Amino acid sequence: MSKVKMSKKATSIDMTAMCDVAFLLLTFFILTATAKQPEALPVDTPASTVSTKLPEKDLAIITIGNKGTVFLGIKGPDIRRKTLENMAQKLNIKFTPDEIQSFGLMDEFGVPISQLNALLKMKSSERNVEGLQKGIPHDSIENQLKDWVYAARSANAELHNEPLQFAIKGDSKEQYPAVKKVMDILQDQDVNKFSLITGLRGKDF
Amino acid sequence: MAELNTGDSGGGKGGKVRSKKANGKVDLTAMVDLAFLLITFFMLTTSLSKPQSMPLGMPEKPKDPTKEETIDVADNRSMTILIGENNKMMMYMGKFDAPLEAAAVYSFGKDGIRKKIIEKQAMLKQTESDPKKQELIVIIKQNKKSTYKNMIDILDEMAITNVKIYAIVAIEKNENALLEKK
Repeated sequence: MSKVKMSKKATSIDMTAMCDVAFLLLTFFILTATAKQPEALPVDTPASTVSTKLPEKDLAIITIGNKGTVFLGIKGPDIRRKTLENMAQKLNIKFTPDEIQSFGLMDEFGVPISQLNALLKMKSSERNVEGLQKGIPHDSIENQLKDWVYAARSANAELHNEPLQFAIKGDSKEQYPAVKKVMDILQDQDVNKFSLITGLRGKDF
Repeated sequence: MAELNTGDSGGGKGGKVRSKKANGKVDLTAMVDLAFLLITFFMLTTSLSKPQSMPLGMPEKPKDPTKEETIDVADNRSMTILIGENNKMMMYMGKFDAPLEAAAVYSFGKDGIRKKIIEKQAMLKQTESDPKKQELIVIIKQNKKSTYKNMIDILDEMAITNVKIYAIVAIEKNENALLEKK
């Protein structure tokens, strides 16, 4: 009886090409990934099933959290710088070129404009200490948010020739009047369409 | 490709036959594993970190506050949802003074208000022949103690049930009173 000899070839596949592709993709994703910015005002957004993506530019995000504290974030350093220039002109406050430059690098802020100088002098790590920024005043006595919104809109229209879009990022536990107040400020300027930033969830709840 | 060239290619010099050394192959499997793991990680984090949003269009504010425009809406099509403290929700059909269906408490989610909205939509499709009149109109009224989450939840409900006509309106005193009482 002759034994059938099985050919015992080691099945080693050449992994080089696969490795190349994998690292190429890896490099791509690392480079395109945007590092998560530390938030000055952390909020817990409510979840919804609607998942429209937000635009990357021409966008201003109004964050509402911590009992009606309002922060404003504008996308694009050029728009931010122009916005501050507009604000300075409107309220007759002088900002040095350095301060305007540093404002352009700040993603989000929430202080009255009188304290903005002090905030701009700080390092970014110091700025995001919780409770340091008390929010932009937006009540009937002093409505700076209205001015900021207007300044940002005109800055965007001037530089990008596009209407600025607004998104509201509110905390789940925030009371409705706080959100309503911000929506009213937007609506007073005929901004009737805006986005609400939400998390994701399935339909089955 | 992944072999290291250890053997000399020249050879044959002086007639000496050298025993060929085995090619040192590097096992790349673990490396590929790691690379794909990282790819997956970066892929997921980049796509998910982009915030999702819900578009919302509000009606234009009347320029002249003294002259308020009123729109007549059929009673059987208009559903009013009242939202108050602690996620409490009430719903009635038609007018507040003479509702077609008296105000009752509903819960959020698929067994609560969603079921009711779908039911009403189906009923309208049956009773109304004109396609223009088949759309349900939902009026959302929140009182001062309700939260932003309630607002998103109810707007989400509108998106799920595909209600095309809805509006967020200020709550009236008698409606608020009813909501507080229950």
